[in-house]
Amino acid sequence: MIDSRYEMFRIIEAAGADGWVLEPAAKRLFSLAGFDVPRFTLARTPEEAVRFAREIGYPVVAKVVSPRILHKSDVGGVAVGIGDDGRLEEVFQRFRGMGGFLGTIVEEMASGIELILGAKIDFQFGPMILLGMGGTGVEIYQDVALRMAPLSRKDALAMIGGLKAHRLLEGYRGAENVDREKLTETILSFSSLVVELEGRIESIDVNPLLCSSRRCVVADARIVLRK
Amino acid sequence: MDLKPLFEPRTMAVFGVSSSNYRHPANEIFNKNLLRYPVRVYGINPRGGTINGQSIHKSISDVPEPVDLAVIAVRADLVLEVMVACIEAGVRSAIVISGGFTEVGRQDLQEKIVAVAKEAAFPFIGPNCLGIYVPSRVDTFFLPGERMVTPVVGNVSFVSQSGGILVDQMIKFTSEGVGFAKTISIGNKALLGELDILDYLAADPSTEVIAFYIEGFGENAGREFVLKAGKCGKPVVVLKSGKSPGGSRAVSSHTATLAGDYASFSAVLSQYGIVEAVNELELVSFCDSLSAYVKSGYAKPVEGRVGIVTVSGGHGAIAVDACTARGITVPPLPEEIQDELRKNLSPSVQGIAALGNPIDLTGSGIDEDFVATARIFFAREDIDCVLALLLPYIPGITSDLGAKLSSVARQYGKPLIAYVPHVEKYAMLIEGFNLNGAPVAPSIEGAVLMVDALRRNRP
Repeated sequence: MIDSRYEMFRIIEAAGADGWVLEPAAKRLFSLAGFDVPRFTLARTPEEAVRFAREIGYPVVAKVVSPRILHKSDVGGVAVGIGDDGRLEEVFQRFRGMGGFLGTIVEEMASGIELILGAKIDFQFGPMILLGMGGTGVEIYQDVALRMAPLSRKDALAMIGGLKAHRLLEGYRGAENVDREKLTETILSFSSLVVELEGRIESIDVNPLLCSSRRCVVADARIVLRK
Repeated sequence: MDLKPLFEPRTMAVFGVSSSNYRHPANEIFNKNLLRYPVRVYGINPRGGTINGQSIHKSISDVPEPVDLAVIAVRADLVLEVMVACIEAGVRSAIVISGGFTEVGRQDLQEKIVAVAKEAAFPFIGPNCLGIYVPSRVDTFFLPGERMVTPVVGNVSFVSQSGGILVDQMIKFTSEGVGFAKTISIGNKALLGELDILDYLAADPSTEVIAFYIEGFGENAGREFVLKAGKCGKPVVVLKSGKSPGGSRAVSSHTATLAGDYASFSAVLSQYGIVEAVNELELVSFCDSLSAYVKSGYAKPVEGRVGIVTVSGGHGAIAVDACTARGITVPPLPEEIQDELRKNLSPSVQGIAALGNPIDLTGSGIDEDFVATARIFFAREDIDCVLALLLPYIPGITSDLGAKLSSVARQYGKPLIAYVPHVEKYAMLIEGFNLNGAPVAPSIEGAVLMVDALRRNRP
């Protein structure tokens, strides 16, 4: 446990110069903190990408890794549902042309409802936790609940129940429901993590947090460091 | 630091009074306290002279008895000297009215007075403020008394970062009959800020509801404020300005965008059961309602399930709309309860009244029909508050109705809120409610806001 804490702070230290923690390192940090993270690798070559995809099995997700690209979707840097070697190599070559390219994340396809779990260190109130309907439309729907950390279980449940779309999490019209207990635990662990990292961070987006009846997976994470 | 001498002074010294310039702000402060309040007041000016027949002392050390409160209204660059003299003379607290500090870029002057005060554990409010108004006790506002309304004594204390907002709200609260325990303009809050005043008011027996006008908090001060306010045991109402996002700060994450300054402020208040008023109408309605609720000693939390009684279908419908928009429910009355109520109504309305909730007694309704309806509502488990929407021009309604309905409310220990148009003609009807512990709103929307305040207050 102490080793993993040390490792978490080392990841933040190492990212200092960029001002934010890139996805592969951010995911390692979440994994160290006990969150469910999809199996992934950072592939530097198309061959590495293909080898890993075959190992975990298609379909896979590919995402560009670059310190200059904070919002990957905005520049076409995310490809989901890649079904074979040829398609993966093609995506890899496209990503390679993007500014600051360091490699490509190849990871298993997780499924579930897209939520956002976020944190912000507020000037007046300190660490704040945000839960909302996630994905790329998050700022359009603005269906979010906000609370000051640390959160109690009651706070976490109230945040879930406070979302306009909360019925979507309960298996709306025959769809798969979200494991509420797992989601609550994930929110509470996130609150603890944020309180621990308070002095070093400015904000965190876990978007999407993919929640289903089986898992709550940190499918992407961005940690913006305090200047 | 002991704030009692500050808020409950028996003696005060006013610096800067002038024997020649009768409109000098210090003179207003001196005169109104001399003529209208029990506090013993002394004027100070190195030039001496007289004011209102009293001699002006040349120095604070010439005052013949210990001074609880110094009111300092001298030029900014002279404040330090005056404060040092006060501390040396054993004065116990001060209010610095003078402007000319951080608000005009003179951090240096402000830091000096704070350092001196901290060193001596000398509490002061300001600078750049109006100070305090405690009904029947002390008033440091430099506003001529005849230009101000006279607020009634009550249980609401109001703390404001802006003096202008404070005075303006005092006028509005007074016109709604909401009384004050203390009102405090904290200005630049150089030494004493919201947190210190909150601590004092939480312990102050005359204060039962605490209202704040807040522009913004310092770093992490908001966190401390909500943690204290959330467990101070008294309802806290906050009006915040500066809701629109300022400037074009580069925001790098979705969370930082969605959790902007105001969104965070608003969310945190509600997390801690602090009632946020988004505008002036909400502020006065919330304070009016919470003031009456706390004073009546009602213990049951209000979840926002109302029974509505009126003599006009339209009023009932508008009230239901306003309730629904705020998440307040209007539970329908079961058939058998409606039958029971119908038997208790006067013969002229029995056949025509609509009894589902909202209850429309029609223009033939009389006082006793309201009383019978209120009894049925208050007795129900699924109703925790009653709204009476009154049209005083209906012939069957008398000016006794307020007293009659209020006594039913007290009997059941549940709040009653009324709407009566606020015109001079209906003043007696309104007082019948107010004097018996039931608040009266000047609009249907205002009455619903009063219910909302009770629902959102979760101490």
